[in-house]
Amino acid sequence: MGFWTTFYALSFYTATLILVLGLAYKIYQYAKTPAPLKVPTMPAPLTTGGVVVRVLMEVVLFQSLFRSNKWIWLFAMLFHAALWVVLLRHLRYFIEPVWFWVVLVQPFGKYGSFVMLFGLLGLLVRRLFVERIRYISSPSDYLMLILLLVIGGSGVMVSFVTHTDIVHFKAFMLGVMYFDWQPIPTDSILLVHLTAVILLMIIFPFSKLLHAPGVFFSPSRNQVDNAREKRHVAPWAIKQFESPPPVVD
Amino acid sequence: MAAKANFETPAFRPYPVIPILKPGAMKGNGPFVAKPPMQEALGFPGELIDNWHDVAIEKMGELLKKYRSLRVYLDACVKCGACTDKCHYMIGTFDPKNMPVARQDLLRQVYRRYFTLAGKWFPKLVGAKDLTREVLDDWYNYFHQCSQCRRCSVFCPYGIDTADISMAAREILDSVGKGQKYCNEIIAKVYKIGNNLGLPEPALRDTLEGLEEDIKDETGVDVRLPVDEEGAEVLVITPSADFFAEPHIDGLIGYAKVFHQAGISWTLSSSASEAANFSMFIGSYENMRRVALRIREAAINLKVKRIIFGECGHAWRVAYSFLNTLVGPFDFLDQRYPIPQHICEFTYDLIQKGALKLDKSANDHRRVTFHDSCNVARASRMGDMPGGQFIIPREVIKASCNHFYDMPADTIHDQTYCCGGGGGLLTDDLMELRVKGALPRMEALKHVVDNYGVTHMAAICAICKTQFAKVLPYYGFEMDQIISVHQLVSDAIVLSVDEI
Repeated sequence: MGFWTTFYALSFYTATLILVLGLAYKIYQYAKTPAPLKVPTMPAPLTTGGVVVRVLMEVVLFQSLFRSNKWIWLFAMLFHAALWVVLLRHLRYFIEPVWFWVVLVQPFGKYGSFVMLFGLLGLLVRRLFVERIRYISSPSDYLMLILLLVIGGSGVMVSFVTHTDIVHFKAFMLGVMYFDWQPIPTDSILLVHLTAVILLMIIFPFSKLLHAPGVFFSPSRNQVDNAREKRHVAPWAIKQFESPPPVVD
Repeated sequence: MAAKANFETPAFRPYPVIPILKPGAMKGNGPFVAKPPMQEALGFPGELIDNWHDVAIEKMGELLKKYRSLRVYLDACVKCGACTDKCHYMIGTFDPKNMPVARQDLLRQVYRRYFTLAGKWFPKLVGAKDLTREVLDDWYNYFHQCSQCRRCSVFCPYGIDTADISMAAREILDSVGKGQKYCNEIIAKVYKIGNNLGLPEPALRDTLEGLEEDIKDETGVDVRLPVDEEGAEVLVITPSADFFAEPHIDGLIGYAKVFHQAGISWTLSSSASEAANFSMFIGSYENMRRVALRIREAAINLKVKRIIFGECGHAWRVAYSFLNTLVGPFDFLDQRYPIPQHICEFTYDLIQKGALKLDKSANDHRRVTFHDSCNVARASRMGDMPGGQFIIPREVIKASCNHFYDMPADTIHDQTYCCGGGGGLLTDDLMELRVKGALPRMEALKHVVDNYGVTHMAAICAICKTQFAKVLPYYGFEMDQIISVHQLVSDAIVLSVDEI
């Protein structure tokens, strides 16, 4: 087995482990940390069902961002929506036979990559040229966009320009999944694409990409407005203030 | 004006434009620092301790374990920029550190450095910074330029609430001995005397008797303002400014007249003669609970059945959202009524039932608009439906006067702009900030003044009322253009003379 095959196979295992364990740890941490006070941004829903709708409106439609800034909303929406379609299209490299609906997604996924790149470029241009956003940007904020642009750009290249031997690549990917390694096609653009994806997977749990799990745990969005009706107290507050003092004999 | 202003009042903008940044425009030493006795009364070190660095980091670690909001908000920000033009202090001062995200970053940079792998290994890359004296001073300065109004949180795609972050920052500052004089002095006064203003019981009784006489002189009716009356139906908890400040006091007279007409007995409490709970501003759960506990104790001691809060913004947040959490359950009160209830909810219910006779024409000399106070609008509710906090006060106003006009839609309801003096910033040593932060609200007011001939702005918050009385003149208005909602009720209400 060649060096690149071993290298990428091991990298995929490592990256997957870091992504899954890292995210699991962060989600566990968010879930375990109490929200001791009722702090939904009002007006807030009065029922759990209402909260589900509110959070979904944020996650799917970026409702608050829409109220806030139409340009950021547009670019963010184009990027995220296209990313989902592109990701779904990529399922075909991990399953055999390819599911019916993944086949249907294929053309949308292929051309969706251009929409994704457009959205990312829009966000990058804003970050570079809007004074307020430039002020709040760290190097990592630019690098994150560049990394995603590299992923999207190299993906477009292998699909539309250099035409990677996709059958062989799929054999490699399935081999990695089933621990029956097959040689990886070694054209450089594909390797750039894979390297960037692996990097993204590793960075995910340590970066601002934590906004993905974070949005579900945001107390200002996921709390029910029922403070008067239902008493809400954190375990640490009960322990600190309401436990009876220890009995001394 | 006591001292001549050494800053310029911002000019009205012909149309709202995104401000060009002026880095360092509001850099400074921040408000006066609390003196040791006040710090110690709240359980904080008297002055900046020698090992402040380690204690601050340790405190941050403790808060990260106690508050999910802090943990999630510090992680989740993607620096999208949606909040950057939403803060009234940013709009009024152009200081980039008054952009909500930049304000949060003052804390976030330290969080990243000490609590995240990326910040430990690649600080420059992710904008992580060591906690230096300079950073600590920046915290003190800029976290006292946030009125915790939550407007940014409305617009954030993740609901990141700078109020929560500034509360955490102030709690860390308190824990190392660098507290703010204004807030901590007030909380110490509440512990010692019972209210923010340090008004002792005899003075309170005197004031209330004086008010009863005034009402008698003016209306010929015996309207009572009782204090410490055991067995009254309702305990009224109201900001102490209602006892003597203008225009607050006219609101208090309004509550008294409403109770009189409703025929419901009520009382104030001399031990809990204060609705305000400034412990919220400094993020101290412990002090917030201790202040709230007085209300529970007063309700038990006076054997009341209901608790009603007067016109006070942050107090209503603590009451509505936190009271049950902090010092509940209130199983000894009458469960048929909301616990606690807002005076506007109470008056509104009476109006709905036809129990109040209101002569709107008594307010015909006024053309009124309504300022949604941030803590009522974005951190609490009234009534039984979401958004009741916008509807109910307006309905009370409309039932009391003939001419009501709302300010532009993007400056009211949950998009309301802070008065500029909330969150523990209502102190003279922050006057420049207060005047500049009022700009967006003043522009909205000017709009309805120019277009509809509005003469008065009504509010339901003691801080808003005091702040506007002070800053309105800077913008060419009169200080008495700010009024209490219950002042309108008070002037319109028709009192029945023959009591049964």
